[in-house]
Amino acid sequence: MKIGVVTFPGSLDDRDAARAIRLAGGEPVSLWHADSSIKKVDAVVLPGGFSYGDYLRCGAIAAQAPVMQTIMKQANQGLPVLGICNGFQILVESHLLPGGLIRNEKQHFVCRDQKLRVENVDSAWTNAFQKGDEITIPLKNGEGGYIATKETIKMLEGEGLITFRYLDVNPNGSMNDIAGLRNERGNVVGLMPHPEHAVEPGFGPDSPVAMRSGIDGLKIFQSVLNSVVSA
Amino acid sequence: MPKIVVQVMPKQDLLDPQGKAVAKALERSGHKAIKAVRIGKRIELHYSSTPTAAQLAEAQKIAESFLTNGVIEDVVSVTVEQD
Repeated sequence: MKIGVVTFPGSLDDRDAARAIRLAGGEPVSLWHADSSIKKVDAVVLPGGFSYGDYLRCGAIAAQAPVMQTIMKQANQGLPVLGICNGFQILVESHLLPGGLIRNEKQHFVCRDQKLRVENVDSAWTNAFQKGDEITIPLKNGEGGYIATKETIKMLEGEGLITFRYLDVNPNGSMNDIAGLRNERGNVVGLMPHPEHAVEPGFGPDSPVAMRSGIDGLKIFQSVLNSVVSA
Repeated sequence: MPKIVVQVMPKQDLLDPQGKAVAKALERSGHKAIKAVRIGKRIELHYSSTPTAAQLAEAQKIAESFLTNGVIEDVVSVTVEQD
């Protein structure tokens, strides 16, 4: 099963995302921002970084890229798409997910191992979890404060579209401690923290078992393999 | 060069950290009359000749769909300017 990873000018975590896909058992395929082809992949990851230098607004210029026009069209037809950090910002700027992401509440770039609660497991990217699972994956962002209108927040809460919520610490002032969202169909998920940095023992966050042994992010990539096989 | 100027401000109810920091600095330097500062953006779209009504309408659309995100910002004005 082929999972595309898009590289935009300024993407940073595209190779880590590809590595996470490989470790989960998928085949990563490099996609390029200026190509409108997505090479018949079964799913797409929009990786973290600072596409177009975060000019205008984070993710705003990437949302206009040729590759995104194809991804938007196919996402609306059910293609699984995961946006991580800057990828999440691109998803909201593409209107594939509602709301916006603004400068962190305390103005600082935050980098920490972040505890999350998995709130919804009925999506292409969260089905390998159990509802209520507590996971720890790295978070690193400057503009990760999730905001939306009152009606949108009510809709997200009411329909169970919040996939991940910050636990213990809300690192960026996100409304309702929102760390990640899904769309109604469940094929599009965006989150600020970085699951691709917690997929291989020795390179993940510290866990109670051993230093850097955390691999809680792997299940996100395994989820999409499940969902495409079962689809 | 003839241009269309788009003015953008962060939404009223949204914290404007830049403005807040500048306001604090002004207060420290004795400008007691200034009660608040808000910082937005001015975006210039340049044209080779005076923009037509259709181009102005198009710029309005660009301003609302791409130059701003309606969740966090407002388009304050879209106007033709000569200089």
